[in-house]
Amino acid sequence: MTAARSARKGTLVAVVSTLFVATLLAIAIGSSPSWPLVQKAFFDGTYFSTSLPDVVGAFFINIQLFVLAEILILPIGLLIALARSITNPAFAPLRIFATIYTDFFRGVPSILLIYVLGFGVPALRLPGVPKEPFFWALVTLVLIYSAYVSEVYRAGIESIHPSQERAARALGLTRFQALRFVVLPQALRRVVPPLLNDFIGLQKDTALVSILGVVEAFKQAQILKSANFNFTPLMTTALIFLVITIPMTRLVDRLAAKDRAAQQGGAR
Amino acid sequence: MARVKAKRIAAAPVLELRGVSKRYGRALVLDKIDLTLAEHEVVCLIGASGSGKSTLLRCADLLEPIDAGSIALDGRAVSADDRDADETRRQLGIVFQGFSLFPHLTALENVALAPRVALGLTPTAAEKRARALLKQLGLAAKANAYPDSLSGGQQQRVAIARALATEPKVLLLDEITSALDPVLVADVLEALRALAKGGATMLIATHEMAFAADVADRICYLEGGRIIEQGSPEKIFGAPRDARTRAFLKRVRSVGASALR
Amino acid sequence: MSTTRSRIAIGQTTRMAVVVMAMAMFLAACGGSAASPSASLDASCAKDKLALKTAGKLTLSTDNPAYSPWFQGGNEGATVWTGDYNNDPAKGQGYEGAVAYAVAEKLGFATADVVWIHTTFDASFAPGAKDFDLFLNQVSIKAERAEAIDFSSGYYDVAQGVVTIEGSPIAGATSIAELKTAKLGAQIGTTSLDAINNVIKPDTEAAVFNTNDEAVAALNGGIIDGIVTDVPTAFYMRDAQLTGGIIVGQLPSEGGVQEQFGIVLEKDSALTACVSAVVDALKADGTLAALLTEWIADKASAPVLK
Repeated sequence: MTAARSARKGTLVAVVSTLFVATLLAIAIGSSPSWPLVQKAFFDGTYFSTSLPDVVGAFFINIQLFVLAEILILPIGLLIALARSITNPAFAPLRIFATIYTDFFRGVPSILLIYVLGFGVPALRLPGVPKEPFFWALVTLVLIYSAYVSEVYRAGIESIHPSQERAARALGLTRFQALRFVVLPQALRRVVPPLLNDFIGLQKDTALVSILGVVEAFKQAQILKSANFNFTPLMTTALIFLVITIPMTRLVDRLAAKDRAAQQGGAR
Repeated sequence: MARVKAKRIAAAPVLELRGVSKRYGRALVLDKIDLTLAEHEVVCLIGASGSGKSTLLRCADLLEPIDAGSIALDGRAVSADDRDADETRRQLGIVFQGFSLFPHLTALENVALAPRVALGLTPTAAEKRARALLKQLGLAAKANAYPDSLSGGQQQRVAIARALATEPKVLLLDEITSALDPVLVADVLEALRALAKGGATMLIATHEMAFAADVADRICYLEGGRIIEQGSPEKIFGAPRDARTRAFLKRVRSVGASALR
Repeated sequence: MSTTRSRIAIGQTTRMAVVVMAMAMFLAACGGSAASPSASLDASCAKDKLALKTAGKLTLSTDNPAYSPWFQGGNEGATVWTGDYNNDPAKGQGYEGAVAYAVAEKLGFATADVVWIHTTFDASFAPGAKDFDLFLNQVSIKAERAEAIDFSSGYYDVAQGVVTIEGSPIAGATSIAELKTAKLGAQIGTTSLDAINNVIKPDTEAAVFNTNDEAVAALNGGIIDGIVTDVPTAFYMRDAQLTGGIIVGQLPSEGGVQEQFGIVLEKDSALTACVSAVVDALKADGTLAALLTEWIADKASAPVLK
């Protein structure tokens, strides 16, 4: 009973203090002499509602790019991580290739890579080589993010104590079966939060396709901004990105907490 | 050599180690070990830490390649480098000191994994076998519990059930009670006694001398990677011939087994 | 015969422009440094009455890089506008460079009292106080934009042109209808994009690039079939940036309304009325027309697409 009451009291204190700080902030910002100017330039209601349909329409390009990239990155990143984890000397070339791959694509700025691939490769005018900006944006994101994701996987695999694989092998599971049924399921569970961080980054980086001339959400916002000399469409775009990413982070927090509870909570 | 307790021990050896040597770098951990294990026989390995008991078990389970000698299972020469070493390992069950249960699987799933994946049983058949084993080890009520929610003794019994799930010819046990709270040890030893009575063939490395005396058909005393002396529990504990065996047992009696870990 | 005559004609025009300029300078010199600007200007626009960012100096601004034909003369000795194809606006050359100095002069500033600073396109209309008095950067006058900044009267009548390269599907196009199936590109923040969407109305969505350089790269890579930009820039692309560049033609103005570039000033700037008066005066006395002839390629050679 006392516990419940003190929890309610805690919530009340949190609500009151948050409201207090928020009100102070609002007064401080609102009373600033340049606030009306900033509000008109960045938070104009009319520009918000007129830009929303355009920006949302363009955002579908970001979503397509994000979803396609993610579908490709998840398995490719895992394959690279596995290639780097192979200890068999016969597979040394594969391991070396995977190492160079991750070093290179984690080290190169994505904006540079998309520029070189998107503008440079089509200029070679090789027969059969696509020149669509969307394609090259996808290639860039997959190359870069599968390098990041492979490192996340690898950290996850290496965080599983070797005794787990030994126990699986002792039961007569092959190396692959031990990986598949014992090491990976535990590793993947651990990498969900860092993986999701990378995917939030990926989602934001879909705006890079705009460099190649594709009118996605960010570019559409820039067009509207330049047409009217008002920055509100950029805020509209930011809001759309946040509407997608914030629930995603909360969901993962929930999943992780649930997972911990299931493993510690015991029998049912 | 082997003393027949209340059961019949077949003449043909199930597991046979001949002149097995193992090095870690320059250290010779096993030095020409000869050891045979007949069907239904229970052999206990005793000796101080570092005497080579754990290494012997891991080599016997083909988890570590050996540097010299040979290992035969049911008369067939086997090696960790064999292409079918995985298959051989299914015929040998091993339980480690640290339980190494799979934390992402329930007790039932831990036990059913190898039958399903390594032996290729249907999920239903594997689960049926796992339930029977958990029941046999007194864990029927804990089938759906995750390892984290089980006591050490319960976890170790799940590990034993898991090792038995591939119906191994030999069960190898590596100091499985030494990480346990003393009050939980009894549970596990009781489970092993029941297995011994049921006719399981076991090679047990242990510090529990009373348990060894009770359950073993034969005791091997190891020191410096060699079998110094072996014989019936009565002989080893009652009238050890070798001075080193006597010295070890004297130390055990004076300081207690736990100090030797 | 006729070619010779036309060459003479051009020579005469140039010579005339030089004479006009010389006369203007002579008159200004006669007026003395105290400067009594042209009679048409209100007394409130006298140099010492102007609300300037820096007293006694006229602070002008444009983006970086500054491209021909808007700015010319190279960038020798420049510290901000550096690199290939870039021009130092302080040279006073190129159409916008020359207009800037003509405005400064008419307001009573000597060349030495003109200061150039760099402002990005976005910063020119971001809220808050500006560092510049006047910003010239090919900014088209639009009512919506005037909510954020002030515009002077227009100093240039804009026409949008289409440029492409040899081998492109629109290389031989002579009508707007032939451009409908093309993938066209434009620079962001320009009214060229409006021209694509409202005048050409192509089947595929226009590509929009951050800079004209990227649009050129995309045209070279075959990612787009053509670029829509203002006609002088289209000529500059053809002559300086593209190999095998072709001017397809010039687009008719949208809805019959003439698009104009204006000088950008801070919102509600006290200078706006004076600067507009100066621009109007420069237009009335023929100065703008002369500068146009001097710096910008002959528009007549770009056929208007129907």
